[in-house]
Amino acid sequence: MDSHRLVAKLWKSLIALVMAFFLINVGLMIAAVATSSVAQRWLGTWLPAGYTFNWYLAAWKEFQLGGVLLVTVQVVAAVVFLSILIGVPAAYALARRDFPGKRLLMGLFLLPLMVPPITYGIPLATVMYQAHIAGTIFGVILSNMIPAVPFMILVMTPFIEQIDVNLESAARVFGASTFKLFWHVLLPLLAPGILAASLLVLVRTIGMFELTFLTAGPDSQTLVVALYYAVFAAGVRAPQSVDAMAIIYMTITLVWLLIALQFVNPTQLVSRVKEHPQTA
Amino acid sequence: MIADRGASVGLGSSFDRSLLLLVPATLFMVVLFVYPFIYGLQLSFRPMEGNWLANYTKFFTTDNLWSTIGTTLKLAVPATVINIGVALPIAYQMRLKSRYQKWVTTLLVIPLTLGTVLIAQGMLGYFGPRGWLSQTLQFLHLYEGPIRLTHNYWGVLISLVISGFPFAFLLTLSYITGIDPTLPRAAATLGASPWNQFRYIYLPLLVPGLAMAFALSFVQAFSVFPSAVLLGSPAGATRVISIAAYEAAFEQYDYSMASAVAMIMGFVQLLVVAAILGARGMFYRGPVTGGKG
Repeated sequence: MDSHRLVAKLWKSLIALVMAFFLINVGLMIAAVATSSVAQRWLGTWLPAGYTFNWYLAAWKEFQLGGVLLVTVQVVAAVVFLSILIGVPAAYALARRDFPGKRLLMGLFLLPLMVPPITYGIPLATVMYQAHIAGTIFGVILSNMIPAVPFMILVMTPFIEQIDVNLESAARVFGASTFKLFWHVLLPLLAPGILAASLLVLVRTIGMFELTFLTAGPDSQTLVVALYYAVFAAGVRAPQSVDAMAIIYMTITLVWLLIALQFVNPTQLVSRVKEHPQTA
Repeated sequence: MIADRGASVGLGSSFDRSLLLLVPATLFMVVLFVYPFIYGLQLSFRPMEGNWLANYTKFFTTDNLWSTIGTTLKLAVPATVINIGVALPIAYQMRLKSRYQKWVTTLLVIPLTLGTVLIAQGMLGYFGPRGWLSQTLQFLHLYEGPIRLTHNYWGVLISLVISGFPFAFLLTLSYITGIDPTLPRAAATLGASPWNQFRYIYLPLLVPGLAMAFALSFVQAFSVFPSAVLLGSPAGATRVISIAAYEAAFEQYDYSMASAVAMIMGFVQLLVVAAILGARGMFYRGPVTGGKG
């Protein structure tokens, strides 16, 4: 019995150790970028020679961050809104109805999440260039919706399945029209789920590199793509201003993710179980 | 909607109007996903020169093209195995609800927000030959000379773990906490050790979820692109298949070839996912959450 407990203790310590190792290294890595973004000069010493916030100003001007952020906000807002509009009704039908071809349709919605974005992004970009929508914000929004709509459907379907059908029947019995049923019964019940799913879509869209990269033009780049070009494109840039921009990017995503975590219990992302009284 | 449910399910004769709710999403997917995909497929058979199979022949006979499949798999498979392999025990430990759970989960999820460029810059700085890690190792006399963890295979693999692990962890945690805790509790009452609870209750119930988490993590790792450029050696050790596709499309403007590479990429990807999901069929399939409602 005692040896069992010892093994369990060792195992727990091992896991804590692995987590600590991961977190410390990632933390120091972030710290390195943050330090560099405020460093005057930093060449192979423990800490930089002096500190300045000028790189943030430089990054803002040099990379036209104002415009880039505006595009990012527009793209993300449109993607989230449109995916709710298209995805939630579909999720409702999938959760409540059985019909021939349902598995096939589920497959269609699952497929974009199962193949790399580049795989469909390249043919998509080709089609969009022919239709002259590549390079526009509209094209970027459409391409980003391809993974967003299925994601919305897959997150919302189990959520809707959980809602008791009897509530809808009861509303019907009392004479609610379809619109009233939707507005007064379904929407309030679905609101937390929609909020959770759209926050996740939001975080995913801010970070979606490939699709935006393939379909964006110079005026329709989102933050991730602008950041990539800042590192990669020709011309010598001070690494510190790239670091400053990377920190700005991280802060924006982090804020949204932390907001999302307030509403989404990450443990209930894909499957739900009734809350049981807590046991040690 | 509910009123006509009986008719639509029972007889299938009357048309169920709520199915119209599926129309916008289906239409969207057909126009923006299926159509470009089919277009790309047929475009790949219309090469700039040569017969209809020329692109595929070229891919499989050109050294720096077909080897990208192996290069990508050599990065994606270990990255996925590490991510799921480490996420499983940690998520298992974190399955019980506590204040601790919330904090650790949040901390572990933060790397999701970093972005490829921050990871790349951070790794170049921190893991680089003159970074803090190198300096610390030399200061402690654990390792002499500069460490080489960037601009090679290891750089890309590490970045795939940093960005992929939080995702794998979130998914795994979510599947584990979806298992009804009364089952292991019942087993514990009957005297099952913690290991046996895991081995005979959690693991079999987890297999479908783990397969899904593995597949989704693999997709992410397989499509590695920016970090292979920024942290690897894009001409050599980390010339992944998406680099080949990108070069064909946007450097040689050969959309036909690019589509062919994309199709091969999708095919390899789906082959692996099908293998994973097929393998899970050998395990238990059924409800994991117990009686609902």
